[in-house]
Amino acid sequence: MSNPYAKLPGWAEYGLIPLINLVVAFMVAGLVVLLVGENPLDAAYHMINGAFGRGEYIGFTLYYATTFIFTGLSVAVAFHAGLFNIGSEGQAYIGGIGVALACLWLDQTMPWYIVFPIAMFGSILFGALWAFLPGWLQAKRGSHIVITTIMFNFIASSLMVYLLTRVLKPLGSMAPQTRTFAEGGQLPKLDWLLAIFGLDIGNAPFNISFLLALIAAFGVWVLIWRTKLGYEMRTMGHSPSAARYAGISETRIIIVVMMISGGLAGMMALNPIMGEQFRMQLDFVQGAGFVGIAVALMGRSHPAGIIPAAILFGMLYQGGAEIAFEMPAISRDMIVIIQGLVILFAGALENMFRPAIGRGFASFGQRFPVAAQKGA
Amino acid sequence: MDFFQTLMALLESTIRVSVPLIFAALAGLFTERAGVFDIGLEGKMLGAAFAAGAVAAVTGSVGAGLLAAVLISVLLSLVHGFASITQRGSQIVSGVAINFIVAGSTVILGEAWFRQGGRTPALSGDARFQTITFPFAEELRGVPIIGPIYADLLSGHFLLTYLAFAMVPISWWILYRTRFGLRLRAVGENPGAVDTAGISVIWMRYKAVICCGILCGFAGAYLSLAMNAGFVKGMTAGKGYIALAALIFAKWRPLNIMLACLLFGFLDAFAIRLQGNPLPLIGQVPVQLMQALPYILTVILLAGFIGKAIPPKAGGIPYVKER
Repeated sequence: MSNPYAKLPGWAEYGLIPLINLVVAFMVAGLVVLLVGENPLDAAYHMINGAFGRGEYIGFTLYYATTFIFTGLSVAVAFHAGLFNIGSEGQAYIGGIGVALACLWLDQTMPWYIVFPIAMFGSILFGALWAFLPGWLQAKRGSHIVITTIMFNFIASSLMVYLLTRVLKPLGSMAPQTRTFAEGGQLPKLDWLLAIFGLDIGNAPFNISFLLALIAAFGVWVLIWRTKLGYEMRTMGHSPSAARYAGISETRIIIVVMMISGGLAGMMALNPIMGEQFRMQLDFVQGAGFVGIAVALMGRSHPAGIIPAAILFGMLYQGGAEIAFEMPAISRDMIVIIQGLVILFAGALENMFRPAIGRGFASFGQRFPVAAQKGA
Repeated sequence: MDFFQTLMALLESTIRVSVPLIFAALAGLFTERAGVFDIGLEGKMLGAAFAAGAVAAVTGSVGAGLLAAVLISVLLSLVHGFASITQRGSQIVSGVAINFIVAGSTVILGEAWFRQGGRTPALSGDARFQTITFPFAEELRGVPIIGPIYADLLSGHFLLTYLAFAMVPISWWILYRTRFGLRLRAVGENPGAVDTAGISVIWMRYKAVICCGILCGFAGAYLSLAMNAGFVKGMTAGKGYIALAALIFAKWRPLNIMLACLLFGFLDAFAIRLQGNPLPLIGQVPVQLMQALPYILTVILLAGFIGKAIPPKAGGIPYVKER
């Protein structure tokens, strides 16, 4: 039991093990479908059809994926420094203030390409500020980041209810939301991108923030593997004591990483607020911050893994709506179960199948030493 | 007298809302003292509440409901234990996972079995806990001050309410005055020493996790069998996290936990009472501020501005025997 895990070839480490974990998570989700009295294979068919069956469905899938790329990157950046940021949900929620303020200020006078960068800056600023405090508290006062970020999620939610019911709501309106933005606060759709593939986007709110998400993913890759700060982050994540010996300031890294993480989470707010609803509503984040945890774990905190993982969850969200339509017994809460199972099997139980796979490779290596060496 | 009546009503609802917090925070105390962090309290409570509501509705027996609640909660605890003790996975990740799995499956299963929009059928009669009236409560009600305190504040609660408050000294006694408690705390502070003494760290931690499951089961059963007449989807509404906050606020000590839970319960009851009524001197206080206050207080405490909360030393670290 106490033996260290055997070293596996890269494709098994980054491909096979996540895949097995994912398959197991989906098999358990299939059991829940069976328990409810429906056929899991039918459910899978409806889901895939609902997510990719038409151009409009693909548009919705990618719209959700955009949101999850941001939150997934947010969680992943913190993971690299050994920090578990559960607060992406709250940081995205507060990030919305930045977007809403920029839009309320400029939407009637400026075109979207002026408002968008300002709103982006606002979302990063507010998201980063909301992450700054937990980071500062961890770095300077030693309070645990997981607990403080959970607390900050609740504080954010109370604060937003207050702001939306008392401050940001237009006079005379009952609904807890800002006014609807004029054209300057509405992002253009990416219909031309899908049109290249001959797909019609229909009503799907797939918008330009998807491209921003891809740029952010590339930026995170550069940050983590190609900059000094990224190197320091990873050092601290692997071994805080090694980082301390190397003269890396823990305080600085924790605070900077949390602010980057919060900024990425905040940018998520651009997608629903400027891309779909054109106003800030109560609870617009809808748990995307928590989906980010599953996405980051599944994507192994690498942008190249996070994008497909985000698309997979986008597929679950969009396809889940289709399942709910075809099979009334299965509501969209099924996604929450799958999300939990993915977090469990790809996160907490990620090492469950490792010993068996390691043994498989070991016995394979004994029989075919040359082939195994090449594989490694 | 009007002020006195308001105060009595406020204190009575404080007790009512504090009970699940006390159970859940004590549950967290057992695992965290053994070195297993648990942010899955919320999920376990919710799962237990659902199991209690569903089984009590089908069997019509409150005992069966309570048993089901404890069973489900212990089962979820064992999943957490398997992931974080045996497989040495991240305790936080595992807790998060359990919260989501339960949040989703209670709705899906509830809808599939009962078709009432995620509720379980309303309970009545034997399927629900009944309040206990102390002897002479009615006769003594007329006595000024002491009468209402006896008749309204102390008498007339559910069995589980009294059990929750009884669990506070019991937990203290188990943790500080028994061999089991000493070992449990040792496992959370210095598992290596416990291992050297020939005691299985793994098994000790599993026992702690099972204790946590039982107490979370009570918390859930209280929600759906006593406080409400049946399960409503998402009925824990963050109580698990408030309990977690109370546990930290109480610096992982049983008596402090009761006080912290009563304080947070009072804030909750006060916020409901305050809705729309201005406070003297201060004026209108936003309800949202009152709702956020437990979290804000916990953050301030964690920051070391009101004393220092020091968690168990080996908390959050999976135990690996020497290689």
